[in-house]
Amino acid sequence: MKTIDALNTSFGDLNSLIDDAIKIDRNITLKNVFGQRYIGRGLLEEVKIKIYGTPGNDMAVYMDGAELEVFGNGQDAIGNTMNYGKIVIHGSCGDTLGYAMRGGEIYVERDVGYRAGIHMKEYKEMKPVIVVGGKAGEFLGEYMAGGAIILLGLNLVKDENITGRFCGTGMHGGVIYLNETPEKYNFGKEAVKAELSDEDIVFLKKHIDFYSKTFKKDLNRLNIKLFSKYVAVNKNPYSNMYCTY
Amino acid sequence: MGLDFNTPVFEVIRNEKKCIQCQVCVRQCSNKVHSYDSQDNVVCTDDIKCVNCHRCVILCPTKALIIRKYPLEFRENANWTSSVIKEIHKQSQTGGVLLSSMGNPKPFPIYWDRMLLNASQVTNPSIDPLREPMETKVMIGGKPEKLDFDAKGKLMTKMPPQVELRMPIMFSAMSYGSISRNAHEALARAATELGICYNTGEGGLNRDFYKYGKNTIVQVASGRFGVHRDYLNAGAAIEIKIGQGAKPGIGGHLPGKKVGEDVSATRMIPIGSDAISPAPHHDIYSIEDLRQLIYSLKETTNYKKPVFVKIAAVHNAAAIASGIVRAGADAVVVDGFRGGTGAAPTRVRDNVGIPIELALAAIDQRLREEEIRNRVSLIISGSIRNSADIVKAVALGADAVYIGSAAVIALGCHMCHSCSTGKCNWGIATQELELVKRLNPDIMYKRLVNLVSAWNHEIQEMLGGMGINAIDSLRGNRLMLRGIGLNEKELNILAIKYAGE
Repeated sequence: MKTIDALNTSFGDLNSLIDDAIKIDRNITLKNVFGQRYIGRGLLEEVKIKIYGTPGNDMAVYMDGAELEVFGNGQDAIGNTMNYGKIVIHGSCGDTLGYAMRGGEIYVERDVGYRAGIHMKEYKEMKPVIVVGGKAGEFLGEYMAGGAIILLGLNLVKDENITGRFCGTGMHGGVIYLNETPEKYNFGKEAVKAELSDEDIVFLKKHIDFYSKTFKKDLNRLNIKLFSKYVAVNKNPYSNMYCTY
Repeated sequence: MGLDFNTPVFEVIRNEKKCIQCQVCVRQCSNKVHSYDSQDNVVCTDDIKCVNCHRCVILCPTKALIIRKYPLEFRENANWTSSVIKEIHKQSQTGGVLLSSMGNPKPFPIYWDRMLLNASQVTNPSIDPLREPMETKVMIGGKPEKLDFDAKGKLMTKMPPQVELRMPIMFSAMSYGSISRNAHEALARAATELGICYNTGEGGLNRDFYKYGKNTIVQVASGRFGVHRDYLNAGAAIEIKIGQGAKPGIGGHLPGKKVGEDVSATRMIPIGSDAISPAPHHDIYSIEDLRQLIYSLKETTNYKKPVFVKIAAVHNAAAIASGIVRAGADAVVVDGFRGGTGAAPTRVRDNVGIPIELALAAIDQRLREEEIRNRVSLIISGSIRNSADIVKAVALGADAVYIGSAAVIALGCHMCHSCSTGKCNWGIATQELELVKRLNPDIMYKRLVNLVSAWNHEIQEMLGGMGINAIDSLRGNRLMLRGIGLNEKELNILAIKYAGE
């Protein structure tokens, strides 16, 4: 496995180094990452990168199949417009996680900032998934058009909400699962509570198992059947808003 | 809900002596204005459904049809005009936001028509482009501060990426979804033959059209529809859409009924799902964030593609354009308040934004004053109606223009302003297969080629008349313009002299 020392490199240089390295070795490690942007941009499948430090904004932007594992926190817009691939973050990350992502999976050990999963989409067999171990900021799943967001709400302190206000505002597709009593939360009017099906439970179990294995957490006490599920009221939310003349 | 107060906007007049009851009009009208009464062997009309698109008039074999403005008048009132009254009736009936199509139709000043071009007389002889070389090619992209050459005269300076246009004209962003597949094919093929570019709009690029990539600008808007690595690398340049002249500051909603199988595959969203473009890009809240998006695109395309940033012409366009240049864009695209659209809220379309002529003059001036004009190309749009508008735009400082409304008019649009209904009888702004196939790309792309080639000839004639043999020599040359019917302030902003001065 090739190791690249990212200390004192610009994002352009670091990404060029990664491009060169993956021609020889599809498994690489980056160390001393200090905020370099666009790591993993547009990277194709079969590339695996372990990242030590704090990768910068737009990590995995337009990524198309690679796997990134971050040993540290992430910043904003991770997985921006990502097509396919997998991201694991051993820590928390900033705002707009998975903006407009269309496929692939993102696992965050702890918390995420505002507007996580904004405008996530899906298309045919491409169904993106975001799994967050802790809590999310406001506007979780805003404009959500597809895919799934799972919030585990582990380690919440007393009276702390699993998500901020305006969750699912403008939602017109996809599904949000919360490990919490839903009445407390301020959902947007475009999102509605739905019954958990057996398929939902199988789906949740699969992703929770991966989370638990990856982050080495015993989650046997989680009762998946008590998760709440939110979906879009309809996929054409603004169809009656206009009059043409 | 009781009476809806609707009255026809147009009256369809059928000359019964000429009508042969062939029913072409019945079959051609997607709005179902015409119907055949077999008992009496007459064709009837329902005026209220007519949008005045001329389809029936043109296809009627005996020319038996005329469409007129419906003669019903309200009591004369310069303030409460009939359109004001009708809009209130419509909104009080439906509770809906008024939705319109195409550009701002209000009688605001058209500055193109208040500027006049110069020509050479006696001194500095004019040039005849029919016999002498006349360059209308432009290179879109940033230009370096200076050029360095080695001892052998070889260029040492690394040039920023460029797009070569054989003439300073491109086809505006119109997404697949807002317009039909056949319309897109006609635009793509015409752009290829003309050596210019068309623009995908924000609806992604159909795989079948990747072959026109060298003549394609791929757009990235807030919805990120169909945006992925291959798409970004497929075109000649990438355009970030921040705003659009017809609806500055707001996003877009492509209704689910227009998202059929092929549009779904191109946008990469489920069939029947609304395609909602949020008003802002949620990863851009500042010029620094815009830089982040620009460089995400440059990084992903190995710095080989120029990145354009398109904004609507708004009050502070000059300062915003300066920010865009400093954010690292290769071209700034500015769309004026008359720019067309498939659908925009009427109030926004008719009241938000400023004329492109003033925005262009202010932006070019500002970028020159800040000594950063060379870092970008300046592309403008928002109702370029003919070649003279283009020559005036270049003299005001534009590198190239986008044409949208003019292009769809070439494809058969008759400006009925009803794109949003999705029932375009000319096969342009529709996804209904029966209507789409009316637009034959084999024939229609040639009309686009004819139009743009003709305009290019006219541009050459006007350049030659000024004694200029390359369009680059006209750019920002405002001495070639004179104002007419303009006040002092307008002359100052346009930085031109009055006719006679």
